[in-house]
Amino acid sequence: MAHSSTKAKRQEGGPSGGDFKESLSTRYGLDTAFTVLVSVAAFVGILVLALLLVDVTRKGYSMVSLEFLTSFPSQVFPENGGIYPALIGSLWLLGLTGVISVPLGLGAAVYLEEYGQDTRINRMIEINISNLAGVPSVIYGLLGLGIFVELLAPVTGGGSVFTGALTLSLLILPVIIVATREALRAIPDSIREGGYALGATQWEVIWSHLLPKALPGAITGIILALSRAVGEAAPILVVGVSLYQTYVTTGPFDGYMALPTQIYDWISRPQQVFQDSAAAGIIVAMVVLLVANSFAIWLRNRYQQRS
Amino acid sequence: MATRAEGTRSGAEAWKRNSRGRETRERAVKFFLMACAYLSIFTTFGLIIVLFEETSRFFLKVSPVEFLTSTQWAPPQGDFGVLPLVYGTLMATAIAIAVALPLGLLTAIYLSEYAPLALRRWLKPALEILAGVPTVVYGFFALTFITPFFRDSVFSGIQSFNALSAGLIMGVMIIPTVASVSEDAIYAVPLALREGAYALGATRRETATRIVVPAALSGIVAAVILGISRAVGETMIVTIAMGAQANWLGSPLEGMQAMTAYIVQVVGGETPRGSITYESIFAVGSALFLMTLALNLASYWFVRRYRETY
Repeated sequence: MAHSSTKAKRQEGGPSGGDFKESLSTRYGLDTAFTVLVSVAAFVGILVLALLLVDVTRKGYSMVSLEFLTSFPSQVFPENGGIYPALIGSLWLLGLTGVISVPLGLGAAVYLEEYGQDTRINRMIEINISNLAGVPSVIYGLLGLGIFVELLAPVTGGGSVFTGALTLSLLILPVIIVATREALRAIPDSIREGGYALGATQWEVIWSHLLPKALPGAITGIILALSRAVGEAAPILVVGVSLYQTYVTTGPFDGYMALPTQIYDWISRPQQVFQDSAAAGIIVAMVVLLVANSFAIWLRNRYQQRS
Repeated sequence: MATRAEGTRSGAEAWKRNSRGRETRERAVKFFLMACAYLSIFTTFGLIIVLFEETSRFFLKVSPVEFLTSTQWAPPQGDFGVLPLVYGTLMATAIAIAVALPLGLLTAIYLSEYAPLALRRWLKPALEILAGVPTVVYGFFALTFITPFFRDSVFSGIQSFNALSAGLIMGVMIIPTVASVSEDAIYAVPLALREGAYALGATRRETATRIVVPAALSGIVAAVILGISRAVGETMIVTIAMGAQANWLGSPLEGMQAMTAYIVQVVGGETPRGSITYESIFAVGSALFLMTLALNLASYWFVRRYRETY
């Protein structure tokens, strides 16, 4: 009795001591309440997402049409404007960023996982990568501005789509590296040893055995990273994406528009018609990203169930 | 395939040639892969050099003391006290964490301790999608849905741009971060601890809140710090929904400017390189970089701690 009263004092707000039976029903009551609480809490985020999708669809569906996808934005007749150059620009960004970041990311991951010994410099690289993953995207924009736009202007063409893709590549490299390393780590050593036993060199084992086996896992990380890159507005705003241009991007050194920055530009205009255009642009962007993300997650789940 | 055919045709001689080629290729490949890995070091150096160079130019014109202690931020008038921007960032972050900490932690508890397996398999990816929504979309939602909703219901005096809506939506955005890192930590708590608690007659809630959560505490702290770091660095939500007017000690119902939002505001206009305004975004960027770096290192330290325990 004395013991349980000290306990009750120590744990205020918990089940009070005293009669055991009484306490038990309180405890069961609290348990039920807590179960309800966690179950509800777990769905708040999903609920907000659903609300967001409904709200955006309600505001923007009337503007979405084939014409919206294939027209230039218009200041004079905004209701006839579209997102064609932004869509093309985002595709350019996606393609170039993929071409730049995927080989580099796979390479770094293979080195760290397969070649890297536990030396001080390799540990430093690892800590460094996890730190880079936490650097805000707008800071990558400043890096791109200082190096790709100013310093390397003769190579990159200044504020070109190539510069944008380089900046986004640096931003998502840590994500790709981490995902690929995890996929490589999941491969049992017997596969490597079997390869060596047949006289293959390390690179031959990596190329013919490890990479194909790691790819499904790595691809999920790559798709998620690329879809994040395409959704980013802040870094490309800093490195000079166009908010309005009258031509479509046709080469890596052209200027470019992009979906998220086009949406941002529309949002920042007060007229209702631009708000509707923003909502319509969001529908297009969300459809693209949700399809890509769902595909990536489905791929991973399938892969996880097999292994 | 070709190698084997060659080998059978001309025997040992071909094998030797081949092996030398292989060695060269091995070395070249290793060198290329090493370069990929070292790129991250160059990225970091590049970041530090770019930020340092422009920031030091900025500090030739504005004293660091004024930058760090003045509460006046008005670049056109030459007032460069960063505190109002830091205040805006911290206000939005505090609101976001007030949402994401309880919801993220409860979600993590639900996922690892309560959810049926089938639901868990469905809910986790759904949460990841929440984290994949572009932040301009969240900004749009905060500005055109949450703020009008507040104006029509509880806060009739709320401004069109305000910290409350931006912070709340940012909180929703970082729920997946907090939930997923916390869940990893909670999942790592050995089953024996739970079984011990049940054996002593603890209920499910008592086991979760008194045994599992305290055991996973350092991982949960890491998750929250990571969430704070995300919120501090978030740009488009605060740019779109919180406004572009620095506001020292303003209320959450008022508009204010975050550090990230200032950077976007400046690059949106025509600002020539070498001007003090251009340099100021790097000074603000440096402050932001140092803040998130400290948070990330702290989070890393906490994660290591719980990994070492079990």
